[in-house]
Amino acid sequence: MNTKPIIDADSLRSLLRDNSVRVIDVRRKEDYKKDHIPKSVNLPLADLLSDDNPERVLKMVQSLGIDDQTPVVAYDDTFGALASRVAWTLQYLGHGDVSLLEMTYGQWKSLGLETDAGEPSIGTKTHSMTLKPEIMATADYLEKAKENKNVTVIDNRERLNYLEQHIPGSINIPYRTLASEDKILRPKDELKRLLQNRGISDNVEVITYCGSVGTLSGLAYYALKSIDHQNVKLYVRSFKEWKNLNKPIVKQENADYWDLSAE
Amino acid sequence: MSSTVVKPARDGKTPKINWARAEEAENFAKTVKLFRQGKIAPDSFRRFRLQHGAYGTRMTDDYAMVRIKLPAGEIYPNQLEKLAHLSEAFSIGSAHVSTRQNIQLHWVVLEDVSEIMRSLTQVGLTSREACGNSVRNVMCSPLAGVCDAEEFDATPYAIATAKFFLRNPLNQALPRKFKFNFTCCEKHGMVRMTDVGLIPQIRSIDGKTQRGFKIFLGGGLGNKSFVGHQLEDFTPEEDLLYTSIAVLRIFDRLGDRKNMARNRMRYLVDQMGWEQFQNLVLKERAIVRATQSVIVTLDIDNTPAKISNLIRISGSDGKSIPDGFSRWRKNNTYEQKQKGYHSISLTLEAGDITANQLRALADICREFSAEGYARTGFNQDVLIRWIQESDLAQLYSRLLEMGLANPGSLTMAHPVGCSGTTSCNLALTNSHRLAKEIQRKFLDLKLDEDNDLRDSSIKISGCPNSCGQHEIATIGFFGGGGRNDKDMYPVYQLSIGGRSDGETMLGVNVLRIPAKRVIPAILKIIETFKADKKPNDTLKSWIHKIITGHSDSNTKSIADIKKILLPFTVVPSITDDKDFYADYGNDSTYHTKTGKGECAA
Repeated sequence: MNTKPIIDADSLRSLLRDNSVRVIDVRRKEDYKKDHIPKSVNLPLADLLSDDNPERVLKMVQSLGIDDQTPVVAYDDTFGALASRVAWTLQYLGHGDVSLLEMTYGQWKSLGLETDAGEPSIGTKTHSMTLKPEIMATADYLEKAKENKNVTVIDNRERLNYLEQHIPGSINIPYRTLASEDKILRPKDELKRLLQNRGISDNVEVITYCGSVGTLSGLAYYALKSIDHQNVKLYVRSFKEWKNLNKPIVKQENADYWDLSAE
Repeated sequence: MSSTVVKPARDGKTPKINWARAEEAENFAKTVKLFRQGKIAPDSFRRFRLQHGAYGTRMTDDYAMVRIKLPAGEIYPNQLEKLAHLSEAFSIGSAHVSTRQNIQLHWVVLEDVSEIMRSLTQVGLTSREACGNSVRNVMCSPLAGVCDAEEFDATPYAIATAKFFLRNPLNQALPRKFKFNFTCCEKHGMVRMTDVGLIPQIRSIDGKTQRGFKIFLGGGLGNKSFVGHQLEDFTPEEDLLYTSIAVLRIFDRLGDRKNMARNRMRYLVDQMGWEQFQNLVLKERAIVRATQSVIVTLDIDNTPAKISNLIRISGSDGKSIPDGFSRWRKNNTYEQKQKGYHSISLTLEAGDITANQLRALADICREFSAEGYARTGFNQDVLIRWIQESDLAQLYSRLLEMGLANPGSLTMAHPVGCSGTTSCNLALTNSHRLAKEIQRKFLDLKLDEDNDLRDSSIKISGCPNSCGQHEIATIGFFGGGGRNDKDMYPVYQLSIGGRSDGETMLGVNVLRIPAKRVIPAILKIIETFKADKKPNDTLKSWIHKIITGHSDSNTKSIADIKKILLPFTVVPSITDDKDFYADYGNDSTYHTKTGKGECAA
């Protein structure tokens, strides 16, 4: 896969001028209708998640005018997590050129960059399907893999949720850790240092998970990809499924950490 | 890579002093790695970690609490925003304002601490010497500079003292921690409950006025608490540094390095006797004065603060004053000595504040405060000063939107609770949650509106140590475990009559109240007071008279109070009342459980 995982705003703008990109806005339909990045199409994450069977998703992708060669960029207004999940799904289908916009739509707008309310007219295209199981983890796979020393499982939920319960052996990197103050991901050197501090070396396999549908952990997937980490898998059904399957869970015991929260 | 995409920087006041050192973050990261590889002994790592402001966490070695020092409590908008980001990225999405004007981030992965330090350097903040055996955050009353009873603003002296001692070799390996508290006046300070407490004084000799301080030494709260002694009538400002160095040198030389539970300076003063200690300080000061190089001085910046004339674009039209404004105004604002300006105090719950609230606070400082920054206080609170009277209603609306407009901050309805079992290794009870529960109850009952309760306080510690400062509370509690046959339940020792003003005294123990009976017991004390009081009595003065043997009411003694509260000590069986046996915030049955404390590390 030769995808450049993150694209900066200026590069996207020049691609847009050349009409050589398909931009996917993954926000809700009503938000998209108000305004969006010019020429972008709408694929609300909820639509995709209502049934993410590859056959169905393939049809959706084709109807957005995407073929195997179309460069795709996704964005959202939810710190990049929803866009990540859509981008990852495309990659899983076998699309080779999909990137996340480096910022949210809110940040884009606050910089005074171009927006538009018009919807582009697009024709359906044909896209092949070559699933990429190497970027996805199932519960059974994770359960076995986590015993392996060369596998690191990362929980991307907030700290208090992690303390309350998590998959045994997982470490916690809350999704907020991944962002900088004005971009959905920190600069590469910072991300690298963060992982180094945590003892995660380049050659381990990483499996990311979050609460339910693989959005926060999707962002973590792209954080790792942005620093060229080779072997990353998304446990896309995440902790919700893990719990439903009655798989083992651990808790940080003997402390009432929830009472420190002002929420 | 250059980009056309640049976001303009936010305006607002930026910090005058950079407390940070970038290389300390890197060094910390390296040292954590060496420790994890077993190349550094746990004890020396712990000392190092504490010296850099990272405290241990309850029942685990994987997490730390990072204590960020705010000398004199000053915190600028960009610093508030940075802390908001750090709390979300590396902590629990909330930060905690401590009783010593620090801001703490809890449940931080030890390996991430260096990242926090690195980010702090971007806004000039440090956690260096926030824990460990060093000079801790130098405190100063959050009203210094605006208090109508002060003789002059002590803030520049507090800042200069912090600057002098931070990273100073003098203070890297003291027998134990060491605390300076500056105040504005007797009423707003805590000068007799700390190693060195200072009240600004102006003396006039032959028509010339001279600045100086009343200095109190050897006080402090803890497992054993002492009230500080006044060194001399008046210490001129040029002797401030010499006196501080002299005291620190004596403590360094003679302080107990073996018995860790008895090694704060107050024990040394107690053992030696005040007069001998006082003589020693005066002699040592003469030596310091004679031998210190003339370049060793305090760097006191007395340039007057820049007070901007904020012009509000959309000022309040006076038509739509939100509900609750007058209640909030009465109990959360302080009229400054500068005419037309107010300081406002936020009612936090046990000092906790969310990341989004921190961000809102930053904006509010920029928009409403003529000095442009905030100050943390002594009661797990935050003050914003220099607000124009005409802006108060609009400011209140903003606070309402952010969930920061609770009333009662300057009243008894704002209890202090240490972190307790939420994060502390030594805690026996969830004092933190109890403080929140009491506050909610008080606000429900509108007890913040009651003038008779205004000058009283409630303070709670989760163990016999005094981080919650229970001994200087009108009504104080410290946690422990009670036992009914095989079953344990959380319980609090109740003390009353503590105070930290000009008549500082420690509270007197009354009896032990089960945790789940603490709120009714407090309400019972208030009810008794109401029935019993003389017209001019406040709860504080009524209790003071009782414990000093001068009661003129029906309640004569501690024994009488005890009698009134005895019904609350009845222990039900676990089958009758399961809730009694569980602590706040925890459904499971209660057991005392503690790890190793680090106060004495």
